[in-house]
Amino acid sequence: MRIILDRISHSYADTEVLRDVSFDLRAGEIVSIIGPSGCGKSTLLRMIGGLEQPTAGRVLISGAAPEGSLNPLTYIFQDFALLPWRTVQGNVSLVLEDHGIRGAAAREVIADVLARTKLSDFRHAWPRQLSGGMKQRVAIARALAVRPAVMLMDEPLSALDSQTRELLMDDLVELWTRTPFSAAYVTHNLAEAVRLGHRIVVLSRRPGRIREVVAIDMPLAERPARMAELATLQRGLWEMMRDEAAAADRELTHA
Amino acid sequence: MPDSTPPEARPEARPDTAPDTVIDIPTDARPVPFRGGGFRPRRHPFLAPLVLLILLGLWQLGSSSGFISPIAMPAPKDVLIAFRDLITTGTLWTNLSISLYRLLTGWLLGAALGITVGLMIGLFSQARSAALPIVSALFPVPKIALLPLFIIWFGIGEGSKVATILFGTFFPTVISTYAGVDAVDRGLIRMGQSFGLKWTSIVRKIIIPGAMPGILSGFRISFSIAIVLLVAAEMIGAQHGIGAYILMAGAIFNLGELFAGVIILSAIGLVGSWLIGKAEKRLLDWRA
Ligand SMILES: Nc1ncnc2c1ncn2[C@@H]1O[C@H](COP(=O)(O)OP(=O)(O)O)[C@@H](O)[C@H]1O
Ligand SMILES: [Mg+2]
Repeated sequence: MRIILDRISHSYADTEVLRDVSFDLRAGEIVSIIGPSGCGKSTLLRMIGGLEQPTAGRVLISGAAPEGSLNPLTYIFQDFALLPWRTVQGNVSLVLEDHGIRGAAAREVIADVLARTKLSDFRHAWPRQLSGGMKQRVAIARALAVRPAVMLMDEPLSALDSQTRELLMDDLVELWTRTPFSAAYVTHNLAEAVRLGHRIVVLSRRPGRIREVVAIDMPLAERPARMAELATLQRGLWEMMRDEAAAADRELTHA
Repeated sequence: MPDSTPPEARPEARPDTAPDTVIDIPTDARPVPFRGGGFRPRRHPFLAPLVLLILLGLWQLGSSSGFISPIAMPAPKDVLIAFRDLITTGTLWTNLSISLYRLLTGWLLGAALGITVGLMIGLFSQARSAALPIVSALFPVPKIALLPLFIIWFGIGEGSKVATILFGTFFPTVISTYAGVDAVDRGLIRMGQSFGLKWTSIVRKIIIPGAMPGILSGFRISFSIAIVLLVAAEMIGAQHGIGAYILMAGAIFNLGELFAGVIILSAIGLVGSWLIGKAEKRLLDWRA
């Protein structure tokens, strides 16, 4: 399955947020989307997932979703979005119930995704008892449970401390290596972008336009060992963004 | 660079060599003065019963020494006598049962209707635009002022009293329910939508549980309103019930009975809020 963004433009009232953004998400590929804050990254992701409609342009799907995918376009949110009144397994079962998966079938899926995210021992814990990293792993487990074709991740690691972030990046790479998924990975963190992205879409400050699309031709699993090369890439990206980020930072917020 | 150095680039820690732990403490070294602590409620479980006992003791002492005039305050003994009479004549049960019947039917119906209407207002913008101005206009009216109207509509019997309590609890419940719905994290609703949950599932599994803390704290308020209205309605037009009993006792200056009635009301209120507390513990067990 492939997602194509065809000349997306968007405005809220009189703020132009996105201008003429076109790129695609191919099967089994992670695309990092970076850009200064307020440039429309979250808005773009909401459009890819069908939660919002662009003022101009289209988001297209080509090809069928993989067999057995319950929710082809699945989000992972920055603030985890776990229901505090459900336990870890209850939060996973939430997204299965409406598909008629209950009882033994549900238990099987839940056990599988919790094992993959190393949460098996925390099945019965409440979200408030979990650390930020564990909460995000629950959200990842929940997303895996519906067997998504494309994961839409909006700064999934931004609420976590840097050590937890490293651990979770390793987990994501491990999950991807075992069963490749496609993903749009929005972040403002360049290290995450180069660690996880097969391609990196660089947006300008608001209104967000594509400044550049950088392909990184290095297998995800090899990246931790080749940090030096990635660091060079990251510095290049930072040079490209620096002035925009500084300008975006000085902008007054009208929201 | 906006991010930390990768793990490989960090210098190796040397776990085997213990750091130098011997430090030289100068002779003028003294502890930093402690200025923290305080401003945190602690539990003193024996204080409340102790205060109660002291007050009862003072009351008994004042009454028996004649310092407290029996016209202003009954002696504890008189209150006990009033309770004994209530129990032996069976009037405790007639008054209490009729009062509890009015209180519970009025409150439960008012709360049920209030939750229903509150959810409608919270969920449908048409319902909000249509009903909210009416609710806001009627909410501040003291419902006891409507008792004469309710007597005309529902008769002098139970109907008018139950209706007064029902109306009195309906409005605060509507308001706490829709405010509870409004307070539900929109991010959770968006999450539900993004996983393709059905509308009914989003309402049942996300909105209602999320509004539950607000609804239950509304229960506390509406329950105390219900007791006020119960007593007021029974004082205006009833032969039985705790309110009527207190009014009668006052009319014949029987302060012992008057106090007994007040103590019963306090007990009803305490039991009610204890039950609501139990319900909160059960329904909101996911909170700390
Ligand atoms: N629902 C909305 N209504 C009005 N303005 C919005 C809305 N959502 C986002 N914006 C504005 O659009 C711009 C882009 O927002 P967003 O996509 O969240 O940026 P990013 O995720 O890149 O930081 C911001 O200036 C923000 O204030
Ligand atoms: Mg954002």
